[in-house]
Amino acid sequence: MSEAVSALSGAAYDGMVQVRDAGLQGMITVRGDMTSPDMQDAIMQACRLDMPGTLQANVAGERGVLWMSPDEILVLCPYAEAGKIVQSLSNSLRSCHSLVLDVSDARAVFQLRGDRLRDVLAKVTPIDLSPQAFAPGTVRRTRFAQVSAAVWMDDPRSARIVCFRSVAQYMFDLLSTAAQPGGEVDYFEA
Amino acid sequence: MSKRLSKGGRLTDRSHLMSFTFNGRQMMGVAGDTLASALMANGQMLMGRSFKYHRPRGVVGSGAEEPNALMGLGTGDRFEPNQRATTTELFDGLSAKSQNHWPSLNADIGVANNALSRFLPAGFYYKMFIHPRPFWKHVYEPIIRHSAGLGLAPKAESRDPDRYEHFHTHVDLAIVGGGIAGLHAARLAGAAGLTVLVMEQTAHWGGRAPVDGGSIDGQAPDEWVDDVVAELAAMPNVHLRLRTMGAGVYDHGYLLGYERIADHAPGSDAPRHRLWRIRATQILTATGAIERPLSFAGNDKPGVMLASAARDYAVNWGVGVGDRVAVVTNNDDAYRTAITLHQMGITVPIILDARPAGGGALMQQAEALGLRVEPGWAIAKVDGHKQVSSIRVCAQDGSGVVQEEIACDAVAMSGGWSPVVHLWSHCGGKLDWDEAQALFRPRAEAAPLSHDGQPFVTVAGAADGALQHADTLANADAQARRAMARLAATADAPAPVVATEAETPLAPIWLMPANAGPELKGKAWLDYQNDVKVSDVELAAREGYESVEHTKRYTTLGMATDQGKLSNINGLATLSRALDEAIPQVGTTTFRPPYTPISMGAIGGEARGDIFQPVRRTPMHDWHQDNGADWEPVGQWRRPFCYRRAGETRHAAVTREVTATRNSLGLLDASTLGKIIVKGPDAGRFLDMLYTGKMSTLKPGKCRYGLMCNENGFLMDDGVVARIDEDTFLCHTTTGGADHIHSHMEDWLQCEWWDWKVYTANLTEQYAQIAVVGPNARKLLEKLGGMDVSKEVLPFMGWVDGKLGGFPVRIYRISFSGELSYEISVPASMGRALWDSLWTAGAEWNITPYGTETLHVLRAEKGFIMIGDETDGTVIPQDLGLGWAISKKKDDYLGKRAQERTHMADPNRWALVGLETLDGSVLEDGAYAVAEGVNANKQSNTQGRVTSTYYSPTLDKGIAMGLVHNGPDRMGEVIAFTDGEGGTTEARIVSQVFYDPDGSKQDV
Repeated sequence: MSEAVSALSGAAYDGMVQVRDAGLQGMITVRGDMTSPDMQDAIMQACRLDMPGTLQANVAGERGVLWMSPDEILVLCPYAEAGKIVQSLSNSLRSCHSLVLDVSDARAVFQLRGDRLRDVLAKVTPIDLSPQAFAPGTVRRTRFAQVSAAVWMDDPRSARIVCFRSVAQYMFDLLSTAAQPGGEVDYFEA
Repeated sequence: MSKRLSKGGRLTDRSHLMSFTFNGRQMMGVAGDTLASALMANGQMLMGRSFKYHRPRGVVGSGAEEPNALMGLGTGDRFEPNQRATTTELFDGLSAKSQNHWPSLNADIGVANNALSRFLPAGFYYKMFIHPRPFWKHVYEPIIRHSAGLGLAPKAESRDPDRYEHFHTHVDLAIVGGGIAGLHAARLAGAAGLTVLVMEQTAHWGGRAPVDGGSIDGQAPDEWVDDVVAELAAMPNVHLRLRTMGAGVYDHGYLLGYERIADHAPGSDAPRHRLWRIRATQILTATGAIERPLSFAGNDKPGVMLASAARDYAVNWGVGVGDRVAVVTNNDDAYRTAITLHQMGITVPIILDARPAGGGALMQQAEALGLRVEPGWAIAKVDGHKQVSSIRVCAQDGSGVVQEEIACDAVAMSGGWSPVVHLWSHCGGKLDWDEAQALFRPRAEAAPLSHDGQPFVTVAGAADGALQHADTLANADAQARRAMARLAATADAPAPVVATEAETPLAPIWLMPANAGPELKGKAWLDYQNDVKVSDVELAAREGYESVEHTKRYTTLGMATDQGKLSNINGLATLSRALDEAIPQVGTTTFRPPYTPISMGAIGGEARGDIFQPVRRTPMHDWHQDNGADWEPVGQWRRPFCYRRAGETRHAAVTREVTATRNSLGLLDASTLGKIIVKGPDAGRFLDMLYTGKMSTLKPGKCRYGLMCNENGFLMDDGVVARIDEDTFLCHTTTGGADHIHSHMEDWLQCEWWDWKVYTANLTEQYAQIAVVGPNARKLLEKLGGMDVSKEVLPFMGWVDGKLGGFPVRIYRISFSGELSYEISVPASMGRALWDSLWTAGAEWNITPYGTETLHVLRAEKGFIMIGDETDGTVIPQDLGLGWAISKKKDDYLGKRAQERTHMADPNRWALVGLETLDGSVLEDGAYAVAEGVNANKQSNTQGRVTSTYYSPTLDKGIAMGLVHNGPDRMGEVIAFTDGEGGTTEARIVSQVFYDPDGSKQDV
């Protein structure tokens, strides 16, 4: 079998923050009634993580469960495991109306790392980036300039951004532009 | 003559000299100068020419309100016209050019207009250029275009070398204005723990207070400002931004800020401007007030300026605006200018106070200093051409009989103050006329309201009409607490105590002298930049203009780049006098954002060059790029139109691609096709409603072509639906339709059929999709191996999952070309690898990648329709002979009812046919079929039009499809089509299926 490659094959830029193509990431979209015990059990069994509350992200490294909308979550897993988890989730959810899809290849993931993280993000996304509103453990579906994206923080100095694969180059160029030295805003505390 | 004083200049550093040029002449300024203060320090009072009469003009103000001192700044790619000298911070190497004159600032031919000014009254253009009609287009317009416009447009080939960006932030309280009112409010809100953003448009905190004097809490104002700023800077919840203007207030607390980061440091690696996009729960505007000019004859001559500006130049920049400065006023504040200038060594020969009894404590101070004060006096006219040389003085209540001539080279005037209410008004805040102070101030009960019905803008300090220094901070204190209460916050700190001279009320003076005759009124300017005089507004009133909005447009009052910051109140007061109506009845014109012009670059932000717009790329994009792709935008995707080899024309490339595909093997990147998963117990029922055909009867493993119509019956998308399992369908859409069709599905599911159990997901980008097309397609797949792709196992319109050459794929036997064709879907991350494998393995069959044009030619040869060519939003499936794709067994589908309406069922609708030119040529795209006679507009009647037209390499002739009246019943008939050059081309009506009509080639 041929090697799979991420959209930008690990491209990176070092500026006010480091921008990096985070490589292949397993991603599974699950739609259904997130309040049902069946669904919660299935997620717990497949991911070993709790169902996130509204706007919450339970992430640990390559694995995670992220709130996407009242009837949708995004499961993170190692890329190679996505197919297996889709199968097991589909099986355990066979009896309840739901949708489980591997979307790992539909997306690109970028990692931003550095002290000026919030300032760089604030140049391209309209969400409230104050630490009170957006901190590790929360996720936002929003836009980055002209494309849709989801963003969460892994720790106070790093965030991951998911966008559609076809606009990976745009997202990388956009984030690199926003991180260009000379554009320091000194708004959010480092 | 204006010059640098021996002292003063609290904002400047005289040890740091800066060199700049004005109209090519080398001049020196100091750090902290504005371009305006530096020019005056060099004795340059003449700074430009007016727009209409080309009159010599000098600086009037010291800030954002400046109407006259507009410059062309920079050179080459950085040239920018109409920049205000008063808000341009000086930097080493600055290059400025004055505007609106020819051949030079000192000798301008356009000033001839000035001599003709009595023939250029308000509405001149409307009156003059209407007759004779043809003259407008051929004579008047070209001449006016030549003389119109302020400043020079940047050269067409120049490209802005700077970068720009946006910044989004959410705060509890945004404060616009960093004067003492704004700073005090920030201190209260900051101490209460609110997140606060304070924006100040200049490079310095404190506003006018340090110039105006007095004391705050026993401190000099500048010391108080420094202390408060230091206190705020230490608060983590308070953000301070200098050089950032509050540009506009919009619904629900959206506020735009305009930060000029690098205007004073061009060429640095910082962005030049940053547009702040602020979501504020509450907005407090502490934007101060702007002084008004007085209307007397010659009030536009260089050297006549606002009293506050004369004081600013002396105190802030250590520049004297003249050697002898006469002061004329209707209020007490201008005495501060007289006293300040006198104390700094400038002669103040006379203070003309239009009030019969003069002023109060400040007047006494001036008199005690030995200054000559003349209550009840006014200026009759100003002498001098390019600079004031003297003034003639008279009684204010007379008609201008000259009492005395006073030699002076500058005049400091004050007609009272107008609060800056722009931001309050942007989103609907109403104003009241304050009779006592003669100004419009915000009406607190009529504030802009947010989504919850609560006010979200509060005005503080001088902007709220609290002009008297002692009132300003008291007002700011009360208003800040009011805004904080709306955020459920309180403050304990007491209001600061301000000590300042008491002032006596001003007298509203709208014309000087009160009974000035036509000659004086014709030289009394209201709007400097657009050359509108008292006489123009009076003429408009005489001609029947009663509405202030109409008068504005007729006279152009307040329509210049300064948007009437100095002229509006004087103009409408003049109009109200002419109409004999009270000022509140006349009202104001509408305040619209931005407060002062902001750069287009800031609005565009980072969106330029490579990131002007997102370009969507398929996983094979780079391969296409490296192999001669001639790109075509399709939605936001880029798809190869064709692949050109060295020296090859597009036509040759397309011919080669078509021929290779028909004869052997073609390869198409079809990844952009929409792929939407529809799943659930009600999925079949749902798709039966969305498509005209019946999808619920489709068997898993099979595909079916479907048409989708909107509620009005019009065809909006088509594509192949594959049934994956009992509950799951995969719907292919057109490239451009994917997002729209997904939204369409969700719309119906969420709003209409919310109880149906269906989930959808857009999987377009999960898969790369590659079409392998041509008689050798099967051989190529067999060569890669791993799957049985024979006709028996994978028949036409079937699909199968498996591993092809090691790749996990789903193969669809579908054809948009009429050839044996497989569309192979593979996870996007392996798309490029699969493409490379196919490319390499296909070499023995001369595998030929083809682009969208070949795709079009192939489908047109087969008579397949294309959404967007055969459809245009007015076409129904029945027009296209697609009745076979409409299920007769269904009760309903979206569009069914609409298609039964009279007009849709009319047999006279144009219907799809093939067209073949008699001479083999290619019909023009969009050409009309000509019919007998003419219509009501004397245009030729039509009986059809071309929807697709190509040269067919397979048939070596032009082929086309078109919609023709009764077309399918007229097979063999020859009709004429327009050829785009006035003639016609004859074409025969034929079947639209030109190639392989029985479909034997795709089903092998």
